[in-house]
Amino acid sequence: MLDNSLDTFVQSLMGDSSGEPDLLRFITAGSVNDGKSTLIGRLLYETRAVYEDQLVSIQRSGMNRSTGPVDLSLLTDSLAAEREQGITIDVAYRYFATPRRKFIIADTPGHEQYTRNMATGASTAQAVVVLIDATKGLLPQCRKHIYIAALLGIQDMVAAVNKMDLVGYSEQVFNDIAQDFKRFCELLGIRNACAIPVSALKGDNIIQASSRTKWFDGATLLEYLEELPVLNSDYSKPLRFPIQCVKHHDSGSRVFSGQIAAGLMQRGEAVTAFPSGKRARIKSISTFDGETEYALHGSSITIMLDREIDLERGDLLASDCHLPQCAANVATKLIWLDSQPCQPGKAYVLKHTTRTVQARVSTTIRRIDMDTARSVPALSLEMNDVASVSMETSVPLIFDPYRQNRTMGSFILIDPITNATVAAGMIEGATADRTTGFSRSLVN
Amino acid sequence: MQSKTLSHLRQLEAESIFILREAAAEFSKPVMLYSTGKDSAVMLRLAQKAFYPGRIPFPLLHIDTHYKFPEMIQFRDWYAKQAGAELIVHSNEKALSQGANPYTLGTQKCCSLLKTRALLDALAEGGFDVAFAGARRDEEKSRAKERVYSFRDGQGQWDPRNQRPELWNLFNGRHNQGENIRVFPLSNWTELDIWFYICAESIPLVPLYFAREREAVERAGSVVLMQRGMRLLPGERPEMIKCRMRSLGCVPCSAAIRSDADTVPKIIAEMLSFRKSERDNMMDHDEEGALEMKRREGYF
Ligand SMILES: Nc1nc2c(ncn2[C@@H]2O[C@H](COP(=O)(O)OP(=O)(O)O)[C@@H](O)[C@H]2O)c(=O)[nH]1
Repeated sequence: MLDNSLDTFVQSLMGDSSGEPDLLRFITAGSVNDGKSTLIGRLLYETRAVYEDQLVSIQRSGMNRSTGPVDLSLLTDSLAAEREQGITIDVAYRYFATPRRKFIIADTPGHEQYTRNMATGASTAQAVVVLIDATKGLLPQCRKHIYIAALLGIQDMVAAVNKMDLVGYSEQVFNDIAQDFKRFCELLGIRNACAIPVSALKGDNIIQASSRTKWFDGATLLEYLEELPVLNSDYSKPLRFPIQCVKHHDSGSRVFSGQIAAGLMQRGEAVTAFPSGKRARIKSISTFDGETEYALHGSSITIMLDREIDLERGDLLASDCHLPQCAANVATKLIWLDSQPCQPGKAYVLKHTTRTVQARVSTTIRRIDMDTARSVPALSLEMNDVASVSMETSVPLIFDPYRQNRTMGSFILIDPITNATVAAGMIEGATADRTTGFSRSLVN
Repeated sequence: MQSKTLSHLRQLEAESIFILREAAAEFSKPVMLYSTGKDSAVMLRLAQKAFYPGRIPFPLLHIDTHYKFPEMIQFRDWYAKQAGAELIVHSNEKALSQGANPYTLGTQKCCSLLKTRALLDALAEGGFDVAFAGARRDEEKSRAKERVYSFRDGQGQWDPRNQRPELWNLFNGRHNQGENIRVFPLSNWTELDIWFYICAESIPLVPLYFAREREAVERAGSVVLMQRGMRLLPGERPEMIKCRMRSLGCVPCSAAIRSDADTVPKIIAEMLSFRKSERDNMMDHDEEGALEMKRREGYF
């Protein structure tokens, strides 16, 4: 009985349809002392207790589980201690789960290198929890965090207006901050912004609705995170399948492996290969667990095509109905990550999907002032700078704009000498082709 | 069909496969560290899936300290064969012939010779430029910041200040000759994910993970299995104890726990009911944990 009920539960975990636990990645943003560690500590602690109680009850009825007194400070203290070690050029990943969802938090501590850290954490996150101290309101620092999250394509933003206990759980204070927050988000074109009055310390509206904010009828923070529709559940998007590796099958034909970057792949579907432009149909989709009729966005699969066409690592298979763009000159937003400043004109290595090419940064750079969101001309870029630049690549990139598809629109720049990852980029679109001969000079 | 999403385990699986394939494509000579433990077992299954219908295109490397439980060695040989993977076993023969052992050297020094040194030598001898390892970020607080691609200098050491930022799924594997890198495909898995996956995929494990009556002594609150090379302390007398291991390591440095959990679901249930860090019952450290050694000198 025990085995059976857990088996059923685990089988449901392995499913691939709605209603079963899925995965949400989010990032927390806040300035020092806004209460981020306390908030994360509470989420980790309380959900763990809740989750495990529920799991245990699935398996054992009436098993006595000794739950000691809640000692939140233990968790938070360790987080704080980490920060004090002084290594802040980092993102720490933390994990928790509820029966509905597994969560991965990208926690970016500290002031220093904030842009770089936050960009790193936000790059894989769908949502951001912005900590706002209720006694301080929406400070310029908060606006900067929101700006970076928006830059990295995050559309789901929730403000945790914290320390409500220090402002007497005042509806007025909360409403003013929530309004400021929403207005700023709107300015940045954020679709889904909301605010929740919380006290990380006292636990109000984190897991359970607080009786001290009766005037607030929205979701608690955990409810919000549990109910947020997961971004990549949209299969109406056109298929994108970057090729990771090509192998020869025993039968002599070639098999292509990769992870679906967008859409849904179906057996028999007509696809176009890039850069060759050749067309073919999906003959089979195979996994270790057997052949399937279709595969969802995010699946790592191996396929065969119905005819032999040119296709190698770095190439792309795309839906016939909606083709990606192809250009060697692209407009981008660039975040400089390295301590050595950007050298316009220098050849960097650029990695985009599974493809590695050479690229150089144009000399016309417009650096963005994140406090005002305005841009000014600049000669170079320093660490933590964000700028609009155009890039020229040695061979054309096959892409979708970043705002349509993160995987198809993102790239990193690597210094060919130090091998360091020096920049993160987001493609906005193709620019008018002003070929300077760079592509030819690199290829030849 | 419009709102379907991969379940969280399927998503973790797909990401790990992506990582394995990326590193296999971008490095010239990969190897997979295989400890015989549960995390290694999951990593090996993921490698089978990543390269299916082909074979795993790199060898497995087991560092044999000569202090491993015999069941681990038996299982290792059987499972590697099952998975169709080449297996390399490496030991620090020189140190062993000079009589290296935890009793006279202390566990930390023993480890540094028989595990760390042996590993670095094996990587250098094989000319491997990337080694997959099954470490997870949730294992220890210090690991929360570990990258998926973790760079080691010429001495195989990790410099937290010199790690590359990792954005999106764009891993930068560029390296100079002689440098090597560890890749952690299980970075985002938690201990519970590992067990759920083992359960769902029916992945075979070393029998030591499952409870059964074993000859053992109770020592300082832990259950110590009687094995070759195990020394009794004055006054200790072995008895039959129903127990299992939560982590596998070397005989002198591993303890078991009293348990009735003889199936994976029962292990999960038990794990949830006494949620201690999986490390609590390690007197010293374990397989993948060799990268960050905890010391408890003078226990013996
Ligand atoms: N009164 C009150 N204090 C809080 C709240 N949340 C955090 N704090 C306190 O604010 C200080 C900074 O919190 P911490 O979580 O370390 O902030 P961090 O720097 O953002 O991680 C600590 O003294 C916390 O106890 C809250 O909701 N109410």
